Amino acid sequence: MRARDIPLSAWIGMAGIAIVIIAVLFAPLLAPHGEREIVGDIWQPVGGDFLLGTDNLGRDLLSRLIYGARTTVSVALAATVLSFSLGMILSFTAAVVRGWTDQGLSRLNDLLMSIPTLIFALVVLAVLPQKMWILVLVMAVLDSTRVFRLGRAVATDIAVMDFVEAARVRGEGTIWIIFREILPNALSPLLAEFGLRFAFAVLFLSTLSFLGLGIQPPAADWGGMVKDNKDGIIFGVPAALIPGGAIAALAICVNLVVDWLLNRTTSLKGGRG
Amino acid sequence: MAELLTVKNLTIGATSYPPGEPPKDITIVDGVSFTIEKGRVLGLIGESGAGKSTIGLAALAYGRGGVRITGGTVELDGTELTGLKRSGLRRVRGAKVCYVAQSAAAAFNPAHKLGDQIIEAALRHGILDEAAARKRATELFGVLSLPDPETFGDRYPHQVSGGQLQRAMTVMALLPSPDLIVFDEPTTALDVTTQIDVLAAIKHAIETTHTAAIYVTHDLAVVAQIADDIMVLRHGKTVEYGTAEKIITRPDETYTRDLVSVRSITHPEAKDQSDRLLSIERVDAGYGRIQVLEEVSVHLPKGQTLAVVGESGSGKSTLARVITGLLPPSSGTVRFKGEALPAALSGRSREQLRQIQMIYQMADTAMNPRHTIGQIIGRPLTFYFGLRGAKKRERVQELLDHIELGKGFIDRYPAELSGGQKQRVAIARAIAAEPELILCDEPTSALDPLVADGILKLLLRLQEETHVSYVFITHDIATVRAIADSVAVMFKGRVVRFGPKSDVLAPPFDDYTDLLLKSVPEMRLGWLEEVLSERKMAAAGN
Amino acid sequence: MAVTQDDRAPAGAAGTDLAAAASPVLPADLPPPATLSPLSAPVVALNDFRGRHPLAALLLQRIGLSVVLLFAVSLLIFLGVEALPGDFAQTYLGQSATPQAVANIRAQLGLDQPAVTRYLSWLGGVLEGDFGKSWASGQSVTSQIAGRLGNTLFLAFFAAIISVPLAVGLGMVAVLYRNRFPDRLINVLSLGAISLPEFFVGYLLILFFGIQLGWVSFPSTVYSGMPFLARLQAVALPVATLVLVVLAHMMRMTRAAILNVMSSPYIETAELKGLGAFRIIARHAAPNALAPIINVVALNLAYLVVGVVVVEVVFVYPGMGQYMVDAVTVRDMPVVQACGLIFAAVYIVLNMIADILGIVANPRLRHPR
Repeated sequence: MRARDIPLSAWIGMAGIAIVIIAVLFAPLLAPHGEREIVGDIWQPVGGDFLLGTDNLGRDLLSRLIYGARTTVSVALAATVLSFSLGMILSFTAAVVRGWTDQGLSRLNDLLMSIPTLIFALVVLAVLPQKMWILVLVMAVLDSTRVFRLGRAVATDIAVMDFVEAARVRGEGTIWIIFREILPNALSPLLAEFGLRFAFAVLFLSTLSFLGLGIQPPAADWGGMVKDNKDGIIFGVPAALIPGGAIAALAICVNLVVDWLLNRTTSLKGGRG
Repeated sequence: MAELLTVKNLTIGATSYPPGEPPKDITIVDGVSFTIEKGRVLGLIGESGAGKSTIGLAALAYGRGGVRITGGTVELDGTELTGLKRSGLRRVRGAKVCYVAQSAAAAFNPAHKLGDQIIEAALRHGILDEAAARKRATELFGVLSLPDPETFGDRYPHQVSGGQLQRAMTVMALLPSPDLIVFDEPTTALDVTTQIDVLAAIKHAIETTHTAAIYVTHDLAVVAQIADDIMVLRHGKTVEYGTAEKIITRPDETYTRDLVSVRSITHPEAKDQSDRLLSIERVDAGYGRIQVLEEVSVHLPKGQTLAVVGESGSGKSTLARVITGLLPPSSGTVRFKGEALPAALSGRSREQLRQIQMIYQMADTAMNPRHTIGQIIGRPLTFYFGLRGAKKRERVQELLDHIELGKGFIDRYPAELSGGQKQRVAIARAIAAEPELILCDEPTSALDPLVADGILKLLLRLQEETHVSYVFITHDIATVRAIADSVAVMFKGRVVRFGPKSDVLAPPFDDYTDLLLKSVPEMRLGWLEEVLSERKMAAAGN
Repeated sequence: MAVTQDDRAPAGAAGTDLAAAASPVLPADLPPPATLSPLSAPVVALNDFRGRHPLAALLLQRIGLSVVLLFAVSLLIFLGVEALPGDFAQTYLGQSATPQAVANIRAQLGLDQPAVTRYLSWLGGVLEGDFGKSWASGQSVTSQIAGRLGNTLFLAFFAAIISVPLAVGLGMVAVLYRNRFPDRLINVLSLGAISLPEFFVGYLLILFFGIQLGWVSFPSTVYSGMPFLARLQAVALPVATLVLVVLAHMMRMTRAAILNVMSSPYIETAELKGLGAFRIIARHAAPNALAPIINVVALNLAYLVVGVVVVEVVFVYPGMGQYMVDAVTVRDMPVVQACGLIFAAVYIVLNMIADILGIVANPRLRHPR
C-alpha cells in the first residue's frame, strides 16, 4: 500500500477525521472560550468578535463546537466499541458453536431488529433514568444487533470453508478457530463495518440529543447544540446549521474512508489484498 | 469443400488491474489461425488459461468482461466479423453462429419457459414463424432424446435436470439452423454417465443437421469422439493443429504426447489383506431426516489405497466425513487398528486425530489465505508434536523438500502459488502429522491433467516411503486404475461393489458398474460409436 | 438521519444485503417430504402440503412469523415499562407526595394489579383498538392518535410517490452510464447524502425556502378541515426532506440490484442470440430485476415511516412522531406504548410485504417441479 494508491476521496475523509481527533484531544487548548461561559449577546453573527458567532445563550459557538466534539465523539466511540465487542463475540460464537446457541441468539436478534432502532430507543429511554452510561448502553445494545447480523454472516461464510473444517479435524479448539482461522479473514470487512457503525453512532446520538433524549445540558454536544439553536432558524439565524454541518461532515468523512476500505477488500480467495 | 470460418493471426487481449499497480494490457490469445469447412467439427483443447473459450467466443466476435480482439481476422462465409458494427453483429449472433455455454443452468433465464427461450432467436431474426419454430423445436427435442418432446418446452429451467438443460441449450443453438455452433465445455459440469448421453446427442444432432461446430474442452478423450480436426492450445498459442486422427495417434509435440498419454500411471495391486487398518462396519449416516449412507461396509489394509468411486450424490464425500468424525453415523462402527473410534470428533483423543489426516479437492479453500506456507505446515507440528521455533522451521523445510517444492516457499502465502503447488502444500500439511491414514477427497479433480498426474505420482511415492494408507475419493475411473489396491463403487448411498481392484474392474459387472465403466471416454477414435452400438445391441437383445 | 440510515448496509455492501433479503428458502433446500422416520399424521399432512404448495406454505410461514413477531414486540414494549426503576407513581408525583397520594395514583393507573393481568387487559384493549388513557391528559389515546396517524401517513405517502420513481430512475441512469461520469457523480452525491442527518437537511431547507425565499410557511401546521392544496403546500418541505433522506440509499440499492441481474450468464445468452439492447432489458433483465427492486422499495418505505419521527419534530408537524417524542419527554407511558407498537407494526408489515414479494417473484416457487 503506497500513499499514491489511496484515492483523493479517502484522503479528504482521513483529513476530516484527523481534524476531529485533534479537536477531541486538545479541546481546552484550542477553544478560545470556556464550554459554558457566556461571552456576549445571543446569536451574534458569524465572523464578528466570535469566529462562528454565539448561541442562544450568548456562548461562543466555536468553543462549544470543539468541546462538543469531545462529548459526541467519545460517547459515540464508547457505544461503538461496546456494541462491536458484544456483537462480534456473540456472532462468532453463534457461527462456530452452531446448534441451539446459534438458533437462540439469532432469533433473539431477529426480534430486536424487528423494531426500528429509534422507536426502540424512545421507548427504553422514556423508562430509564437519564444517565450517560445508560445512554451508551442502550445505544450499544441496539447497535450490536446490526453488528451481530454482519458478524454472523461473515463468520458463517468463513466457517464453512475447508480450512476451518481442516482445523476442526486437526482437533483445534473454538478459541483457536475464532481467533486464528476466522478473525484474520474477517478483519477487512469488520474494519469497514466499525467505521460505518461509528458514523451511525454519531448520527444516532445526535438525533437523540436533538430530540432531547440524549446528552443533557449544559454539556455541549453537537445534536444538543442543534436543538438549542433551532428556534433561531425562524429569525434567519443559521447557528443550528453549524453543529448540524459538523455532524454531517464527520459522517461523510468516515463514509469516504469506509467506501475506500470496502472497495479494496478483495475476496477471501484473493490473497492478502 | 467450402471454407466457412477462416481465422487468421487472431490476437485477443484484455486489460488487467493488479491491486496497487497501474493497469496493464495482457495477451490472452496470440496469433492463432485455423479454418473450418462446412459441416466439420474443430476441437479446441487446452488447460485452463489456454484461451480456448476466448477463441470460441471470437467466432461470434464477442469478448467477455473487457476482453477484445486486438489483431487478426475472423471471416465467416465471406464476412469479416471484427469490423462489424453492433447491428451487423446482431445479424450474425443467434442466426449464423450460435453458442452453447458450459453451464446451461445459469445460461437459461429463470423467468421464462424453455420453449419460449429456445425459439426466441429464430423468431427475432425472422428465420422461422412461431408455428414452424415450435414444430422444429419439438423435432429437435426428439433428436436430442429429451423426454416428452411435445410438452418439454412448457417447462421452466429449474424444472429439468442438468443434463437435459445442456441438451435443451443445444436445441436452442440448432433451431435457427446456423452455419456454426460453438460448444463451450458443454459436458464438463455433468456426471460421467450423463456426459456420454449428452455427447452422443450432440454428435447425432451435428451429423443430422450438417452444422459446423467448434467444440471447446479440456478433455482430449471427449474431443476425440466428436471432432474432425483438433487444435491443441497452451498459454494462448497453438501447440499443434491437425486432423483428430493425427493428433490422437501420431502427435508431433511433446506436450500433445503428454496429453495423449496422461493417466498412464500404473500401480501394481497389493494382495496382502491381513493387516487391517480401517474397517467400516454397516454404517448408516445422514443429515437431519435425509439418509445419505445406507449399510456401508468397507475395509482397508495398512499401507494400501482404497478408492471410493461414484458420481455426485453417491455419498462418497459423506463417507469421508463419517471417518473423520465430522458426521457421526446414526448406526454402525468405524474401526481403526481394530478399535472402534468414537463417533464424534469431540470424543476422539489428539493421538487418534493425528493418525487420520485429510486432503481436500479445492486446495484454495483448504488453506487459510492469511497464513504463510510455513504456518500452514508448521501448525500440525506444534499441535501434535510441540515443535517450535528453529526446529519447527527446519522440519517444515524438510517437508517442503519432500513434496518437491524446495526453498523460498516457506514465507509465501497460498495465493502466490499455482493450483498444483497448493495441493502439494496440502499434502505436506497432512504428512506433517505423520498419520497412518490420509483421506483424499478428489484431490486431483480440480487440476489440469498433467498437474494431476504429478500429484498422483507424489502420493504413490509417499506411500512407498512411509507406508501410509489412503482412502481416495474420486469420480474418475482412470485415477482409480492409477492408484488403487481395492475399490468400492458407490451408488445412491450404498456400496454396490467392493473388492480388490482387479476384481472390481473386471467382468462380470453389476449394472451400475458396467454403465460407469463404459461411460468413461477412452483416448481413441471411434470409442463413442462402439459404446452406442453395443448399447443398441444390448437393447435389441432384451 | 440516524434512524433511516442505521439499519442499512454500507454503500458497497448493498448488494449482499439485498441478496440476503431476496433469497427465500427454495424448495430444493427443503428435505423431500417422503422420508422414512415415523411421523405423526398432522406433520405428514403439513409436509404433504409443503410438497404440493411450496409457495403457499412459504407465504403462510412468513405471515405466521410476522404475527409471532408482533406479539413478541408487544410483550417487549410492555416489559419495557415494567422495567421502570423504582416506583413509577412515586416518580410521577415527586418526592414530596404522601403515601396515600401515591397509592391512589397506583390504583388509578392500574399499577397495583399483577403484571400478567395488566398485560392481558392492555393487549385485549389494543386488539379492539383501545390503547388506554393518556397519563398526562387523561384522554383516550386512540382518539388522539387517529388524526395524527392520518397526518403521518399523508406525509409518508407523498414522500414515497416522489422518491420511488426518482430513485429507480436514477438507479437505472447509473447502470446505463456505469463507471462513467454520471454514475460516478451519482455515487459521490449519494454517498454524501446518506451521511446527512434529517434535521440538518430539514433546517437547511427551512432556512433557504422558508425564511430566505419565503416560498413556504414554517412551521408546517396542518389542521382538520384544511383545504387539500393548502395542506399540500404545508407538507412540501417535510416531504422534500424525507425524499432527500431516503432517495440516496434506495437509488444505490436499485443500482446494485440491476447490476446483479445484468451480469448474469443469461444476459450474455441473450446478447449472443443477437437480440437488441431494448429487448434484452425489457424481456430478459426486467422480469428478474423487478423482484429485487420491489424489495428495495418496500424496505426503504419501512425506513421512511420511521424517518418521519425526526422530520415531524423539525417541522413541528402534528403527526405520530411528534406525539411520541412529546410523550417520551413527559413519560406518558400509554402513549409511548401505543406509538411504539404502531410504528413497529407498520415496520414489520412492510418488511413482510418486501419478503412476500420476493417469494412470489421467484419462478422456482411459482412453478414447482
